[in-house]
Amino acid sequence: MRQSSSTTDEKEIRETVAIILQNFSPLKENLIPILQSVQSAVGYIPQPAMKQVASFLAVPAGEVFGVATFYNQFRLIPPGKHPVKVCLGTACHVKGGNIILEEWKRRLGIDEGGVTQDREFSLDRVACVGCCALAPVVLVEEEVFGTMSPSAVEGILLRIRIEKERRSGCGGNEE
Amino acid sequence: MKTITLTIDEKTVEATEGEMLLWVALDNDIYIPNLCALKARPLPDANCRLCWVDIEGRSAPVTACNEPVYNGMVVKTGTERVVRLQQTALELILSTHPVDCGRCGKNKRCELQKIARHLRTKLKQKRLRDISKRLPIDSSHSLFSYDPNKCVLCGRCIWVCKEEQKVGTLHFAYRGFAMVVTAFGGAPLGEADCTMCGRCVEVCPVGSLIFKNAEK
Ligand code: FES
Ligand code: FES
Repeated sequence: MRQSSSTTDEKEIRETVAIILQNFSPLKENLIPILQSVQSAVGYIPQPAMKQVASFLAVPAGEVFGVATFYNQFRLIPPGKHPVKVCLGTACHVKGGNIILEEWKRRLGIDEGGVTQDREFSLDRVACVGCCALAPVVLVEEEVFGTMSPSAVEGILLRIRIEKERRSGCGGNEE
Repeated sequence: MKTITLTIDEKTVEATEGEMLLWVALDNDIYIPNLCALKARPLPDANCRLCWVDIEGRSAPVTACNEPVYNGMVVKTGTERVVRLQQTALELILSTHPVDCGRCGKNKRCELQKIARHLRTKLKQKRLRDISKRLPIDSSHSLFSYDPNKCVLCGRCIWVCKEEQKVGTLHFAYRGFAMVVTAFGGAPLGEADCTMCGRCVEVCPVGSLIFKNAEK
């Protein structure tokens, strides 16, 4: 679980976290809100950030690690460029969400919580996206794909690949 | 503190009011299975669910480690429903605990062996599926080795590390079946902040944390 972020990244993260911490008082009950803010700013919770939060709250770093690993909502590794979230809430579960998840796993060659080698995709399960009528549902970045079937996975991947090629084709506009 | 009397299994014993029943029983040579309790710990978290007893006037069994004694309390430790609860709790723990006593450093001093003997059940259980973790053993520390597979997650080591020694290196991490005792970031214990007090090993009821020189 070691991340290979360069020193500039680390500095940036440290500064981001420091700014976030200014909005909180150093009370233990702020731990989860702080971690949530860190995750939404950084995209995940890097280990140095956990230590920073721990010293701010004056708790052992292991305790922050314990909380961060306990909740599914927290990521410990950077997400891919296109985070894929498969809904396994009640409705989606009943409608075969786990089959959709299996298909993503197979296509991307990664497990839940994993990131592809090229850092393009990450795969996670979520519990109810809030549009159960469209079950089974998948989120790719912020886009919702409803009434998913295993064969639709291939189509989504293809679309993303084509878009990427188009963008790099017209040159210079790659983020 | 007021001295009171209570009866445990027909035996009249004296105790200090408010003491936890588990310790009163143990001090009077009445064994109640237990894994997670520590006498010094003011607020037990009663997570092992082994120390069940029946108390007169109570409709259901209660855990003795967090049950304060009072004058005239009548306790029974071996009722049928108590033993059933204890056996099931033991089975649940053993379903994640590799049983290889012959090669275990804690053989004959293991609390699980003692509990199984007390309950007259086998350590090799069959009813529940085996869900042992199969994680690597951590022998990076100079003083002791740590086998997370044998860990029963009682939390004793975590408590002594944090509250008694004020070090706070050991913690629970992850959740459910994946839960483990570990240091920050899952680092090998040999690389973690450690004051070498050895208390975690001393309080481990099973063979998970074991001193490297077995004499200790
Ligand atoms: S269960 Fe999937 S959107 Fe509600
Ligand atoms: S000793 Fe009472 S629940 Fe563990």
